[in-house]
Amino acid sequence: MTTLLVSEHNNNELNIATGKALSAALELGDNVHILVAGLNCRSVAEDAAKLEGVSKVLIADEIHLEHQLAEEVSALLLQLMETYDTLISPATTRGKNTLPRVAALLDVMQISDITEIKSPDTFVRPIYAGSAMQTVQSTDFKKVITVRTSSFRSPEMNGTAKIEYISAPTPFGNTSFHSSQLAEANRPELTSANVVISGGRGLRSSENFTKYIEPLADRLGAAIGASRAAVDAGYVPNDYQVGQTGKVVAPELYLAVGISGAIQHLAGMRDSKVIVAINKDSDAPIFQIADYGLVADLFEVLPALEKELAKKPA
Amino acid sequence: MKILVPVKRVVDYNIRIRVKPDRSGIELDNVKMSMNPFDEIAVEEALRLKDAKIASEVIAISIGPLKAQETIRTALSMGADRGIHVQVNDGISVEPLAVAKILKRIVKDEIPDLVILGKQAIDDDYNQTGQMLAAILGWSQATFASEITINDGSAIVTREVDGGLEKLRVTLPAIITTDLRLNEPRYASLPNIMKAKKKPIDIKTPTDYDICIEPRLRVLDTFEPPQRQAGLILESVSELVSKLKDKVEAIS
Ligand SMILES: Cc1cc2nc3c(=O)[nH]c(=O)nc-3n(C[C@H](O)[C@H](O)[C@H](O)COP(=O)(O)OP(=O)(O)OC[C@H]3O[C@@H](n4cnc5c(N)ncnc54)[C@H](O)[C@@H]3O)c2cc1C
Ligand SMILES: Nc1ncnc2c1ncn2[C@@H]1O[C@H](COP(=O)(O)O)[C@@H](O)[C@H]1O
Repeated sequence: MTTLLVSEHNNNELNIATGKALSAALELGDNVHILVAGLNCRSVAEDAAKLEGVSKVLIADEIHLEHQLAEEVSALLLQLMETYDTLISPATTRGKNTLPRVAALLDVMQISDITEIKSPDTFVRPIYAGSAMQTVQSTDFKKVITVRTSSFRSPEMNGTAKIEYISAPTPFGNTSFHSSQLAEANRPELTSANVVISGGRGLRSSENFTKYIEPLADRLGAAIGASRAAVDAGYVPNDYQVGQTGKVVAPELYLAVGISGAIQHLAGMRDSKVIVAINKDSDAPIFQIADYGLVADLFEVLPALEKELAKKPA
Repeated sequence: MKILVPVKRVVDYNIRIRVKPDRSGIELDNVKMSMNPFDEIAVEEALRLKDAKIASEVIAISIGPLKAQETIRTALSMGADRGIHVQVNDGISVEPLAVAKILKRIVKDEIPDLVILGKQAIDDDYNQTGQMLAAILGWSQATFASEITINDGSAIVTREVDGGLEKLRVTLPAIITTDLRLNEPRYASLPNIMKAKKKPIDIKTPTDYDICIEPRLRVLDTFEPPQRQAGLILESVSELVSKLKDKVEAIS
């Protein structure tokens, strides 16, 4: 039983989601190969080779793989899947974009967003925004799986797998990259941060995110997240959204500020270790899942909190 | 230009769902059902393209039990021109792979330039039907769209991705799936609701398309996740900080 794991990367750096998906893959069997598809991505392959437990790293380094378009990467994966039993990827937007194409062409159902592996064909996954969980058994001859990375650990980095070059099929051609507008990484990444501070509609403006959330995030080395309402209102960019249809996080500490706690938001943060809610409405549903709550005006609490933390520096 | 919009009937997003006592699935009896929110966005986008005279016809498709016709009717009330209902028995849920295969057959009959789907059905949370359809048709795809511009046989689509936004150019025909910020769906007006009653809905079954809808994933168990207990309401910021110092390494 051999598993192929698709790495998440930006041609320069291996994303931590890859390691977490590897931990899931290793529960299926010992033989896991990682694919690095991209352009000028040798350094990513070298990092992937260090992940403990990988037996081989495949690198496809070609111009038409630069933007890892679903059409191009899925064609490569389909070709590789002749010799693998299972295809696995972190449930990042890229994984979600690409893997169903491979599943469909293999004529199998994808098992999306798994949180637990019961056996090589049986998995647990959330449905209805995580309001329920389902154990499903795949009856297909090959498995295609995306992994909810917040449910799995990062492996050690002392592996020594060898790297092998492979070539990709000819370009698909009908889809082309136009441009991108990516956030600058001056803070920890949302899905891997130890502390996340999320703001909601209660923040009322983008300026207030800067004035009230950022200093606290700086103080705690935290990533900043948001509710859908805050993103829709334009207070912060789309990649801040936590929830059913945004990012799923499970930090050591999650601070929900001016967020009511809709089920779709809880879907993305309910597995955090400690949840703190700051909301002026004592009936807000967020208090039903928070470990600690302050029923208060966020515009008074946040500066006070920042001051209190500054008093006794970490 | 013809646009197909697959719309799924799902439990309304405001409803708190319950697991059936026999753990075989979710209680659906007497529960409010609505069009999947992402599909409303898909219908809206198709109608805007029609309003802009870029599209000539918008066809809503639903695969599901008899009641799925209500969902098609909702799309028709919003302004879609006609519907196709692929009917299955009550209690049967059709997986994305089979949905994609049925949609492929409908694409072959209708020859649209664009199929706009939701990125995700909020009941099964699979997020795969659009991508699967694109693959089996051999078409381009632009998933998680927050902006669409059509010109000259291609679409420029802005996509919401983990790192921010990405723009792709896809040659038509193509598949697009919608994200939350693409648009705000309209409400159906009363005259349009009346008009929709007369719009045609074609009724088919999976056998008409020779598609087997036998599920590939066997549901062994359905259960509620461990519930979190409501914690303490604290009186002051200093109390919060001292609690956190005990509990959270990052703060101590
Ligand atoms: C298909 C679909 C998918 C969705 N996906 C997501 C998702 O992924 N993520 C997500 O977050 N949502 C999602 N939603 C939206 C979700 O249903 C809620 O609408 C949203 O989470 C609400 O955001 P909010 O809590 O910021 O706003 P609100 O519900 O308006 O809450 C604002 C809160 O701020 C408090 N407040 C206001 N002023 C202050 C103050 N000065 N001090 C303290 N507290 C204050 C209020 O008491 C209130 O509780 C989705 C919805 C749909 C239909
Ligand atoms: N039974 C169905 N009938 C019509 N459209 C569907 C059906 N199932 C899925 N879809 C479409 O596929 C999208 C993604 O669904 P899913 O892959 O199940 O998350 C939905 O938003 C719909 O546009």
